[in-house]
Amino acid sequence: MSAIPQSDVSGQPLDLTSAPTLSQTTLFTALFRSVAFFLVGVVALLVAYIFSQGFHGLNPSFLFGSATSQDSSGMFDVHNAGVFEMVFGTILLVFLMTVLVMPVGVISGIYLNEFSDPNAWTTRIIRSAVNNLAGVPSIIFGLFGLGFFVYFIGGSIDDYVLHTASPVFGKPAVIWAALTLAVLTMPVVVVSTEQALRSVPLPLRDAALGLGATKLQTLRQIVLPQAAPGIITGGILAVSRGAGEVAPIMFTGAAYYLAHLPQSITDQFMELGYHIYILATQSPNVDRTRPLLFATVVVLLLLTFLLNLIAILVRAWTRHRMRSYRA
Amino acid sequence: MPTTLQDPIDSATGAMPPVVDVSRQLELELRTALYEKGESWRETFVEKGIFLVSLTAIFAILLIFIFVARECLPLILGQVDTARSAELITPEKAVDLSSEQLAVYLSQPVDKIRPLSPDVLKDLVASRNEELAAHPNPDSKLNTVSWPMLLLPYRWQEYTKAEFIWQPTSLVEKYNLVPLFFGSVKIAVLSLLMAVPLSLMAAIYVSQLASGTVREVVKPVIELLAGVPSVVLGFLALIALASLFQWLFGYEVRLNTFVASVALALALIPVIFTIAEDALSAVPQTHKDAARAMGATEWHATVRVMVPAACPGIFAAVILGFGRAIGETMVVLMASGNASILSPSIFQSCRTATAAIAAELADAPVDSPHYRVLFLIGFILFVITFVGNVFADVILQRLRARLEGQRTSQEATS
Repeated sequence: MSAIPQSDVSGQPLDLTSAPTLSQTTLFTALFRSVAFFLVGVVALLVAYIFSQGFHGLNPSFLFGSATSQDSSGMFDVHNAGVFEMVFGTILLVFLMTVLVMPVGVISGIYLNEFSDPNAWTTRIIRSAVNNLAGVPSIIFGLFGLGFFVYFIGGSIDDYVLHTASPVFGKPAVIWAALTLAVLTMPVVVVSTEQALRSVPLPLRDAALGLGATKLQTLRQIVLPQAAPGIITGGILAVSRGAGEVAPIMFTGAAYYLAHLPQSITDQFMELGYHIYILATQSPNVDRTRPLLFATVVVLLLLTFLLNLIAILVRAWTRHRMRSYRA
Repeated sequence: MPTTLQDPIDSATGAMPPVVDVSRQLELELRTALYEKGESWRETFVEKGIFLVSLTAIFAILLIFIFVARECLPLILGQVDTARSAELITPEKAVDLSSEQLAVYLSQPVDKIRPLSPDVLKDLVASRNEELAAHPNPDSKLNTVSWPMLLLPYRWQEYTKAEFIWQPTSLVEKYNLVPLFFGSVKIAVLSLLMAVPLSLMAAIYVSQLASGTVREVVKPVIELLAGVPSVVLGFLALIALASLFQWLFGYEVRLNTFVASVALALALIPVIFTIAEDALSAVPQTHKDAARAMGATEWHATVRVMVPAACPGIFAAVILGFGRAIGETMVVLMASGNASILSPSIFQSCRTATAAIAAELADAPVDSPHYRVLFLIGFILFVITFVGNVFADVILQRLRARLEGQRTSQEATS
């Protein structure tokens, strides 16, 4: 029995007589390289453009100002809106979302990497469900959040628990938006947790088990502390993803305009991404809102990029530690 | 006392213990020891709990399926009939009806109807009746949410030939789904035509041809694009790209399919790039080494050996990219112009299925035909992406299993 694999995967023997000439090789390599660098250039240009347009708009009156007009009517002031309420709403939203998604996502990741039999059909279905959840369009999460959380769960609470005629839970609210986003970001947490756990060296577990620790003791005292940075990275990536999503919260909690900050989890809220959508599409005078719009985009990008950067750094550090352990 | 421990497999069969990896065997022995101490039940309990929590993802998918389907089920079963709302409601009867029924009749949001006093409602109904009497329209007797009306062209009153029309806010609501899905597919295909070659070339370069340092720079930068929220890309297309392209190409409609496709391509590139790059990097390096040893150049080994080996993964990347393109909402909502025109031209506005849901759901009264049609669109989108995702997932899992099998057999021989 030969264990040597069929070396050629395409099933065709490698035909060296039709080999590309050296000039073709150089040409194609150069082409592929230029495409890669073109994409890098596009990203750099995009970020530079937004920041150059929006950076000077970042003054304290914008960052800590309210969207309510200060001078006359107390109405929504599209042309001078500050972003304090939106930043507050976004942070409240992703905070609630993180609290909801982390336990479930991390435990699912732990099951998949530590307890599951990789060939069992249950494992395959769970894994496939996680991957599938990652590919569901975000607007479908909006429909689901409205149909399930707002009308079904919220409506049921109103009808059977509170017995109220006017809806308390059965209307869009920050808690329903957070739950919807929690379902949306769950795959991010599961996949990151799995990766983090996989990076913990097997001999460490063997050593702990060999010293008489139980599987759960090993998990809690040896594996999880080692995997913690990677798991936190997953949480950060989920927050970054959640902070940027607009479609799922449009119907489940985000408000066009509110004169006050959300007082409870059943209140609606204003959110940065949704605010950008409103400013960009509903403003009566685009030229006047333009600087404001760019500044708002910079705030949102700073938020998501900063989180992504932290995640990238933590991940690089974990990888480095793994490599040094192997060596 | 380790000496008293029995390997369960050993005692049960009386056979030689099979070769298992050390940690598994240790675990078995320790579990036996713990069982004797009576502590095992707690471990089992916690493990069962962890298993139950891990089923959440499956439940989430099922719940999405059920609750999106639930809202559009009456429509699928043919229980919704727009012709009914064409029946006259006299102002006297209006007071007895629920706000929801009146909302449908007056085609206004329920929230606006609910706080109104009976007198105001009577007036509204009366004026609606006058409106209907002033414009007698045989089309209003039609059930515009029946399947033929949803899918086939129809010659409406003021039209000269049969057409596919999506016009849910007109006097006779027209719910033909074809323009929306045509728009979705048009934008998706056009953006994939831009994103697929670019991201695949970049993925091949980064995983196979680039040096270590270049890879360390290019890969995270392209992945950073995945961190840009789609509302920002939509905003960029709306504010900057639209004007730039109009100036460059001189077309008439400022917001059109082309602008939306370029912005959408920016959202797709990191998705396709990441999956394709993963698939290419998973191909064992030995494949390439073997080809190189036979005299192939780096480029030759890449395109003839590495790329064919990763081909299923690249295919899966394109499928997932398509799913993402069909499902993307904010970019197309902001940049496509949102006019539901059935035109092959890429410089015309179009309205996609996702944009229709995002733009119209807030104004559709709950449980009205319009509301149910929007959920039906969502349901169709969900089914399309679900099938694509499952397909891609199977391809990727098979590829991973095959490549890992090759790697372990290589390690066994070396």
